[in-house]
Amino acid sequence: MLHFERWKIIAVALVCLAGVLFTLPNFFPKETVEKWPWWLPHKQLPLGLDLQGGAHLLLAMDTKELEKDWLNTLRDDTRRQLREAKVGFTGLGIASGSVQVKITKPEEMDKALEALKKLAQPTGSAILGSGGSDLTVEKKGADTIALTPTPQGMQHRISSAASAAIETVDRRVNALGTSESTVVRQGSDRILVQFPGLQDTKQLKDLIGQTAKLTFHAVHPDMTAEEAKQTRVPLGYKVYPSAEGENRSYVLQESPIVSGEDLVDAQPGFDQRTNEPIISFRFNGSGARKFGNFTKDHVGAPFAIVLDDKVLSAPVIREPILGGSGQISGQFTVDSANTLAVQLRSGALPTKLTVVEERTVGPSLGADSIEAGKLAGLVGCLATGVLTIVAYGTFGVFAVIGLIVHGFLIIALMTVIGTTLTLPGIAGFVLTIGMAVDANVLIYERIREELRAGKSPIAAIDQGFQRAWITILDSQLTTLAAAVIMFWLGSGPIRGFAVTLTIGILTSVFAAVTVTRLLVSLWIKSKGKSRILEVPV
Amino acid sequence: MFFPIPDFKGFDFFPHNLRLPFMRYKGLCFLLSVVCMAASLGLYFTKGLNYGVDFVGGSLIEVQHKNGPAPLSEMREKLNSLGIGSVQIQSFGSDTDVLIRVEQQKGGEGEQQAAMKKVVDALGPEYAQRRIEVVGPAVSSELRRTGLIAVFASLIAICIYVWFRFEWQFAAGCVLALLHDVLVTVGIFSALGLEFDLSIVAALLTILGYSVNDSVVVSDRIRENLRKFKRMDLTELLNLSINETLSRTILTGMTAIAGIMALIIFGGEVIRNFSFAMLLGIVIGTYSSVFIAAPLLGYLGVKRDTIGNAPKPKDVGPVIAPASSAGADRAKAAARTRSAPSKKAAR
Repeated sequence: MLHFERWKIIAVALVCLAGVLFTLPNFFPKETVEKWPWWLPHKQLPLGLDLQGGAHLLLAMDTKELEKDWLNTLRDDTRRQLREAKVGFTGLGIASGSVQVKITKPEEMDKALEALKKLAQPTGSAILGSGGSDLTVEKKGADTIALTPTPQGMQHRISSAASAAIETVDRRVNALGTSESTVVRQGSDRILVQFPGLQDTKQLKDLIGQTAKLTFHAVHPDMTAEEAKQTRVPLGYKVYPSAEGENRSYVLQESPIVSGEDLVDAQPGFDQRTNEPIISFRFNGSGARKFGNFTKDHVGAPFAIVLDDKVLSAPVIREPILGGSGQISGQFTVDSANTLAVQLRSGALPTKLTVVEERTVGPSLGADSIEAGKLAGLVGCLATGVLTIVAYGTFGVFAVIGLIVHGFLIIALMTVIGTTLTLPGIAGFVLTIGMAVDANVLIYERIREELRAGKSPIAAIDQGFQRAWITILDSQLTTLAAAVIMFWLGSGPIRGFAVTLTIGILTSVFAAVTVTRLLVSLWIKSKGKSRILEVPV
Repeated sequence: MFFPIPDFKGFDFFPHNLRLPFMRYKGLCFLLSVVCMAASLGLYFTKGLNYGVDFVGGSLIEVQHKNGPAPLSEMREKLNSLGIGSVQIQSFGSDTDVLIRVEQQKGGEGEQQAAMKKVVDALGPEYAQRRIEVVGPAVSSELRRTGLIAVFASLIAICIYVWFRFEWQFAAGCVLALLHDVLVTVGIFSALGLEFDLSIVAALLTILGYSVNDSVVVSDRIRENLRKFKRMDLTELLNLSINETLSRTILTGMTAIAGIMALIIFGGEVIRNFSFAMLLGIVIGTYSSVFIAAPLLGYLGVKRDTIGNAPKPKDVGPVIAPASSAGADRAKAAARTRSAPSKKAAR
């Protein structure tokens, strides 16, 4: 137990060195670290919002609203389909989560069913292949047909709407200027916005509260944006910048041809003939009519898709789009097709978002918390260290060296993984220092016990490490179980705490068992085995 | 070979041949624990907990008065006339800092935001906002549920682990001790009216981890002694195991408390409640592993493979309990000078 091979000593030393190296950037200001040579680690531990100040907003989509919208669209589509199929019907309406319609003549039933079944769309993106239908169309009673959204269909809708909403929120939050904001999905219907440094959330909330405005415009037939800027913009036209940047702009008719409310869906996919990425889209009845009329008259001319007053794309109309659904193609990659589809949807499904949770910390409180955390951490570690040295003498010093390694390793691991340091995280850190000593206490108490039982110093040390190891393993594993559950179920502050605790448990075993044992073995070597008469514990 | 650290012995403060008769008072301890648990449950159901916004929804706003001490009564008057229900105002840390709590508004998610805005507008520019937390009804009920699940899931996971590593009697003892820790901590929070929020749940989970740590160390020793002394009376064996691990229990408790005291004193107002919960938990957790988890084995009994089924001594066995601290010192000195023979005598 006490013998260390050379390569093991080197390995332990390397781990300790790596710990120090990866922790180092955290002790210096960012500007200094940036000037360091390339071979030194540069990554710093990101501070949580509670330490650096900032806003945390949890937004929820109104899924009931989403379902209602869908059913309304479905009702309109049903009307259109039945009219096109020339089937007589009455009593079209929405009841108990489905669209129901009565077919007047029983002999037209099959024809009606066939027409309505076309409304069902496969769920799952076109790229990934189908995953069942989003609707069930079935006969209910003698003369009624019910169209009911399937759970997968609803899930698909929510998921589509969520990615569209995230896109909208992300675009707007970025427009506020700060670079380090994050917008991520949480669960199926929630969006988490984290905005470091921002304190007044009013502007942010106003921006998020707006619905995305998607419109389709006619492009001026021959005037370019440069010309318009030099002369003047013709009446009824306006210059719109491109979403790609200010350099490119378009002269567009100010009043839109169709607005985003008429767009039902947009999905990325592949052209069946050329296999290139495309975006397929679908309008509702009134949108299809308006868009059909426009494209009929403007074959060969471009039209512009405008989202929040920025031109996303200006495709050329190849042929009239009369049925309400079409596709946009040309020089898309799978990614860019996906992005445009999401952007189209964000205008098509302007989901209402409500703030369900807000946590804002002002920069002054954050700074105070960092100071308090630092001081408490330092004092806590110092107190633990002093106690350990007083209680265990030279071996106590070994334990403290282990603790220092443990402290470095926690910070290094957290830095490398990229966990954010929060105030509860600091508390967790102090606590793991206190708990890491436990392993050493177990070992040293055991050594003392073996000595009292009359064992020789070397045998006592050996037995101490060996016997305590089982206990350490058991006790750390049970704590680990609690930490893992905390991480699994916890949110926000609890999670930060759980991560620190988990990492702390792992490194504390290394520190107490490996590092301390190595130091003890080096100490024995320096004395010479036979000359050790007393254990300084 | 040169070694940079000189040899010096640590201060072994603990009288190691002390044999405190823990098992003799197990009935009394159980009674005390049961009374404490019952009282905690009673408090929980009658007085309830002072839940933070995490669990009941509503808003929490921490502001700092820019010119001198904050006029609390004036603020109270101003904010209570806003028509947003009861508004709690308390000074927080220093006399310029004030914590404002607005209860959950009826009518859903949007109303919470509106109420928070009213407060901020009413206070005006004389106050800097240090922290704002607004939690809507959907999130608060979710947090309440996951918090509860987290505590019970941890309990079950720990219980399964202990059962797996030891025997069911140990798991039962552990789980009872853990339940005791959680209940009594919650009871004290209820009695003192301290705010109970998400961070306290994190503290409770850590307490579970710490307490089971303690219980496992004692259990480990019991298991070892069961193999070593196959014919020792169980009560005596349990008592011996608790005593043998007592020095580590106390030292680890001391180092953990040292860290937490630093958090309480220097860690700032924001995590004071959390640190306090931790402190309570460590004290209670240490108590429970010594006075509940291990003694419970005395009641439940443990399966042991005694060779030859020799009759067990009926008596409790020799117990050495120094009457005074002078006695303890003498015992310690004796243990140091004559290590091997005195150990045998102590047994």
